[in-house]
Amino acid sequence: MEQSTLNFIFIGISFAIYIGIAFKSRASSTKEYYTAGGGVSPLANGMATAADWMSAATFISMAGSLAIGGYDGSRFLMGWTGGFVLLTVLMVPYLRKFGKATVPDFIGDRYYSKLARGVAVVCAIFICMTYIMGQMRGVGVVFSQLFGIGIPAGVLIGAAIVFFYAGMGGMKGITYTQVAQYCVMAFAYTIPAIYISIALTDNFIPQLGLIGDYVAGGEYVPFLEKLNAINEELGFSHYTSGSISRIDMFFITAALMCGTAGLPHVIVRFFTVKDVLAVRKSACWTLAFIAVVYLTAPTIGAFSRVNLIEKLHETTYVDAPKWFKDFESTGQMAWVDKNDDGIIQYYGPAKSDTNSNTVFAGKAPAYPVAGSATDVLVGKHKQRLLTNEVITSNPNELWFGNDIMVMANPYMAGLPPWVIALLMAGCIAAALSTAAGLLLVLSTSISHDLMKKIIKPDLSDKEEVAYARVAALVSLIVASYFGINPPSAFIAKTVAFAFGLAASSFFPTLLLGIFAKRMSREGAIAGMICGIGFTMGYIIYFQFLGGTKEQYLFGISPEGIGTLGMLINFATAFLVNTVSPPPPPEVQEMVENIHIPSGAGEASEH
Amino acid sequence: MSSTNALKHRQACLVLTLAILAIWFLVSLGCSILFREWMDLNMPPVGNAPFGFWMAQQGSIICFVLLLITYAVLMYRLDSKYGYLDSQHESIDSVDSME
Repeated sequence: MEQSTLNFIFIGISFAIYIGIAFKSRASSTKEYYTAGGGVSPLANGMATAADWMSAATFISMAGSLAIGGYDGSRFLMGWTGGFVLLTVLMVPYLRKFGKATVPDFIGDRYYSKLARGVAVVCAIFICMTYIMGQMRGVGVVFSQLFGIGIPAGVLIGAAIVFFYAGMGGMKGITYTQVAQYCVMAFAYTIPAIYISIALTDNFIPQLGLIGDYVAGGEYVPFLEKLNAINEELGFSHYTSGSISRIDMFFITAALMCGTAGLPHVIVRFFTVKDVLAVRKSACWTLAFIAVVYLTAPTIGAFSRVNLIEKLHETTYVDAPKWFKDFESTGQMAWVDKNDDGIIQYYGPAKSDTNSNTVFAGKAPAYPVAGSATDVLVGKHKQRLLTNEVITSNPNELWFGNDIMVMANPYMAGLPPWVIALLMAGCIAAALSTAAGLLLVLSTSISHDLMKKIIKPDLSDKEEVAYARVAALVSLIVASYFGINPPSAFIAKTVAFAFGLAASSFFPTLLLGIFAKRMSREGAIAGMICGIGFTMGYIIYFQFLGGTKEQYLFGISPEGIGTLGMLINFATAFLVNTVSPPPPPEVQEMVENIHIPSGAGEASEH
Repeated sequence: MSSTNALKHRQACLVLTLAILAIWFLVSLGCSILFREWMDLNMPPVGNAPFGFWMAQQGSIICFVLLLITYAVLMYRLDSKYGYLDSQHESIDSVDSME
């Protein structure tokens, strides 16, 4: 059977399952629409949260970042799992006890202020927007691979599907669909890893393969040593060492962790379970399910690194495998024959004096317009030609996006077509589940927190849902635009910014709201504004206004600046708090009360 | 429920939370980033992987899961010791089975 037919069958079946579940458990009230009406079991909620949590960034881009960066990629692994510990011990049990449906709700009530609620809504919108951009990019990458079209068209198809599907089920529908999506994702991620692990290391547990021996070359060499040797030979830094400075690594990891604990769309998930006890259990399940994928990702990264180099480096283009040419045709891999020998060479930064291995100028390959003369479109080895300016100061000829590693992996390893089809279905499940969850939070923020609670308190239920739908549509259009023109080259990086924003706004404000009884609204608002303002300014300056690496504050990259923004938030809040009146007694009593675990009441009613 | 009871419960929770966070910091930001080179040199390798590298890519995640299980179990014990399980007893069996 053809690969593409098989892809469609797998994706078709998975879609039928999702839609069936979404239809069966569709929301019948606004309460069900927002929080599934409470009473989702911890196990189901754990799976759903895991699916919601593991986005296209995790699924598609993270293993790629690990493959390229080796040890450097650990920042994503630790950041995105370690945050759950913070989330569970510092945040969600208390917020669940408080018992409101959204994060701005808590901030608005705790800081007895519409302004605080307003600032929280704006922060939530920025965070979700940044995050959803990454998802749309991910959907685009998958669909472009699936149909052999460009990424922009892929993004648009994805956007249409997400809109149709998130509008229908509400939180209840989404929760049960995500349970199914988690299962698809987990299998899609682990099965290829097992296959490849057997091929490369003769060990059917990939995690043991990673620390075991490489056997595919005939003799037994420790796998990581083999990887380090390959990297060194080609001029990359050691796989197990990495090249990010220690301070930057520390700040980025901390920003991802604190950001996780401040992400509104993750916190909301824990409002859907029965009581505080169930929240803690649900968090255990969530992290356990996430760990299944996160413990596999480093193995996929390492294995695909070896495979990529073995299959492509010093291979003549004419003999290059078919998958390489497929990826070339969708613009996700490119080859520029700098030395005109017809052989693909892949080298790292250490092979040139400029300490760079950039193949061409610009972030992505650009191609001549269709219909140009044949000698402009196709080179003498039948390769696809680029219009980018070629950078000849280094010998590297191979370009590929990080995002393509996971999807190229099974092709590189020559796995059976059904595994590849399963992987496609998994990628789509990852992007859809996260995008749908985010879209729901985003539209709720606008319709519930902004329209109903601030601008028009007399809004009827029906109007509220109408506003939610319009908000979802507008957000999706903006997100698609940025999905097509991403502010950063890779999904994982784009998403990393959302974490910086969450770390510098929600995390400190929620933490102080829960643990500092005397924190006043003035302190909290000033903290949030300074935190997110500083972080956004820094990111925008370095991403869009042409700031250079030399100008980094203490050598911290924009990815890690959220940690500093968080410290600024804390400092500002405490400073302003010393000169502002303490909160009213009923608010202080409320803070006392959220520390008592029993009597959490119904799962978030309005 | 008396307020001293609530205060004691809160203090016990705080101690537990801080202990969990201390371990959390040590296994992730500590072992894997701040003291990574020292760990690589002075701790036994895991399989063929240097200790710091293994902690960064595998060990820390395993520790996180264990930490959350410990937290859920110990918090459950604290809650029952201070009598905060009134409306929550339906979930008791499943927490116990996680130990």
